[in-house]
Amino acid sequence: MPKYGVTGPPRICVMLALLLASLGMLASCRTEAITSDETSVGIHRAIQNKGSDTLVNLALAWAEAYQGIQPEVSIAVTGGGSGTGIAALINGTVDIANASRAMKDEEVEEARANGIEPVEHVVAIDALAVIVNPENPVDQLTLPQLADIYTGRITNWKEVGGDDAPIVLLSRETNSGTHVYFLEEVVRLGDSENPDIFAPQTLLMPSSVGITSELRRNPRAIGYDGLGYVTEHEKMLALAVDSQSPYVTPSVETGADGTYPLARFLYMYTAGEPTGEIADYLAWIRGPDGQAIVSKLGFVPLSEE
Amino acid sequence: MKRQQTQRAAVGIISSVAALVVVPIVLVILFIGIKGVSAISWEFITAPPREGMTEGGIMPAILGTVYLTLGTAIVSIPLAIGAAIYLAEYATENRLTHWVRLAIVNLAGIPSIVYGLFGLGAFVLFMKLGTSIAAGSLTLGIMTLPVVISTAEEAILAVPQRFRVVSLSLGATRWQTIWHQVLPHALPGILTGVILGLSRAAGETAPLLFTAVAFYLPELPRSLLDQTMALPYHLYVISTQVPNMPLSKQYGTALVLLVIVLSLTLVATLVRTRVRRRREW
Amino acid sequence: MSDTSPFPPPHQATPPPERPVQFGWSLFVERIIERLIWVTGISTIVIVALIFYFLVREGLPTFLDITWRQLFGRRWYPIEDIFGLWPLIVGSILVTFGAVVIAVPLGLTTAIYLGEIAPQWQREILKPLIEVLAGIPSIVLGFLGWVALAPVIQNLGAATGLTAFTGSLILAYMALPTIISISEDALYAVPKEYRDGALAIGATQWQSIWRVVLPAARSGLVIAVMLGIGRTIGETMAVMMVTGNAANIPALGPGMFFQPVRTMTATIAAEMGEVAEGSLHYSVLFGIGIVLFLITFGINSLAGRLVGVQTNDRRKGKL
Repeated sequence: MPKYGVTGPPRICVMLALLLASLGMLASCRTEAITSDETSVGIHRAIQNKGSDTLVNLALAWAEAYQGIQPEVSIAVTGGGSGTGIAALINGTVDIANASRAMKDEEVEEARANGIEPVEHVVAIDALAVIVNPENPVDQLTLPQLADIYTGRITNWKEVGGDDAPIVLLSRETNSGTHVYFLEEVVRLGDSENPDIFAPQTLLMPSSVGITSELRRNPRAIGYDGLGYVTEHEKMLALAVDSQSPYVTPSVETGADGTYPLARFLYMYTAGEPTGEIADYLAWIRGPDGQAIVSKLGFVPLSEE
Repeated sequence: MKRQQTQRAAVGIISSVAALVVVPIVLVILFIGIKGVSAISWEFITAPPREGMTEGGIMPAILGTVYLTLGTAIVSIPLAIGAAIYLAEYATENRLTHWVRLAIVNLAGIPSIVYGLFGLGAFVLFMKLGTSIAAGSLTLGIMTLPVVISTAEEAILAVPQRFRVVSLSLGATRWQTIWHQVLPHALPGILTGVILGLSRAAGETAPLLFTAVAFYLPELPRSLLDQTMALPYHLYVISTQVPNMPLSKQYGTALVLLVIVLSLTLVATLVRTRVRRRREW
Repeated sequence: MSDTSPFPPPHQATPPPERPVQFGWSLFVERIIERLIWVTGISTIVIVALIFYFLVREGLPTFLDITWRQLFGRRWYPIEDIFGLWPLIVGSILVTFGAVVIAVPLGLTTAIYLGEIAPQWQREILKPLIEVLAGIPSIVLGFLGWVALAPVIQNLGAATGLTAFTGSLILAYMALPTIISISEDALYAVPKEYRDGALAIGATQWQSIWRVVLPAARSGLVIAVMLGIGRTIGETMAVMMVTGNAANIPALGPGMFFQPVRTMTATIAAEMGEVAEGSLHYSVLFGIGIVLFLITFGINSLAGRLVGVQTNDRRKGKL
């Protein structure tokens, strides 16, 4: 007998409502459970820290360590590239921007146009390693050779003393400070008038980890990464400024004493001079505890001056 | 007998090709299951990540996905059911209806990243919601509309005409007929569509990239205006951006996402088949 | 078929009552509800218009501040203000073309198998499986491609496993459910009499499929292909993880598909996070979004029109 005249909500409607309600309760339960653990005081905003992927592990380690000793402070860390962090600083959506390159003049102008005065803090030094697969017989290259490789003028490993195989170029995305640094110091050999750019067949990997992952399984690949990201699965090349100069392998020492040609500063930018929690955090980063973490992660700590 | 040989060969080839399509589906699920199950543990599902995400669990990402899915439901269900009722019960075949249908087909075809751009422009920036659960839910909700509208419309149209006719003949108004006679019988079908739509939304990454998600949040989101982690984005991040990420945990995250999405799909299918069987018309 | 099949369901609008049978307050509330329903109905049109509006609002400077010549340049290097879209367009085309070439024969054949050859019990297993495929999130397939498929492609001899072909393969599988379900609809719509007629004059099942059913379903199959293309061109995460993201125009030749490429969708996803709001790069990314919107709009509208033509043909007895 067909059921005419059903005026109440059918069973399924009730079930759906119960499902949604229970999900909602579950969700809010979780929130309560977590917030009751925190010793945070009421409405407390986290320090927003965003930017360089080179810095992101360091930033994360710093945040975790600092939150361990100062539990009332919370720090949210995101990667995305130096460009992302700087853009966020210009847009006013971040407290500390991480960058593996200095802000460009245009970016400083844009920030000022938005009423933000960027303040630069050097927080660590990074030796940028050029890496290949351990099976690759090539051990060393000069910077001009690297420039030729990355602009596509040299396309086969045999041209630099390796096997007869095409060179697979790996790079970071264009928003990466490391990418920009590499462009300026290697592809353009430090010459700001040089118009060269990366060869179009360069694979732009989403992060340093992307580069090392591909490098590990591809014997034809070449890439670059901060020293802190290199493991025993990749081989670092010794670099020389030109064929007359000595070849230097990147390490914390050669990065610190200036013999390695690709050593660079790592920066954190704030909007104006930092105050309160942010100032304390930055001071701690540049202090002995923060710099100890720098060494531990394979970067070069700031020398005491 | 050549024709018979062609017939047998053709059937053979066609069946093999069909197998070529279907077998990898099973293989993919088994593959992820086998490689990921070792990472699944109570801690994995309930604890937040530690040690630069290489240890601990994925709870904030799961929770974020739950929140976003709820938000998507809230945004899309009223709009979609309303539109479906409109198309099925009120609209006549005129220009306007034609455009509505065209709009729905187009909404279904818009790339997910373009929805992300729209969400960025409209909700994050214009409505100043910032990167938030609210912006993400609105974006995903709009993206889910076409699926839910289509299935809801089908479900409503499947209710036999005689139900409406008898109701009207007994003196009910059009809306009374819809509310008391048509909708209750269409509800299971609508529910199928809703759950299917939500299962798609739960697996989406691109619309959330600039509207809702963050790489690592120290705390769980506490309001609609907070950012959140989300399972699909988390999978993307840990597989491409986190160093020393154990492969089993990556597969484990993929497995959890797969289980959530496929469970929703399964529930939707069960609802649909149960209803079809129980249907008395 | 669940999902947004473009074939509109048979329509039955309820006729309005001759005269209202309720008066006063309830009637008023009813009229409000019906007005709200109407609003939600046209909200779909409003939303599509809004999407286009916001895309244009943020993306317009692309077309105002950059010359067409620059936009069609062969190099994409946004941090130096080099905005040549051509490599991105070629990347999307290559990956989509490869995906369609793989997915259409596979999908069509599977649809034939499901519709014409498979016994009922097999259908009951296969169809849910295909729906499962439709449900697998693209990030999961992209992840698998990155972690498992790319090394395989590299071992097959490519310089790197991150190529257009890898992307095409994954996209093909993602587009299959759409192509299969719409092809199935198209085959189902061919009247039984056609098949019976062919068999009656002595054709084998294969001959009746190949020479009668398929040609009759041709327009529906074209629509399936078009919607498959639309689905593929818009995919983001999966291609971002496996195509290598090199803004390169591969040289014509057999190895073309085994080069890394960069699609329009992946470009937006990878670069949008970095840009300062309002900058030229930001606008260009929205501009790419406009291009994608127009392409999918075109494909879907064309498919919709073809469906209309087909429905009409069927009504007039032409099919």
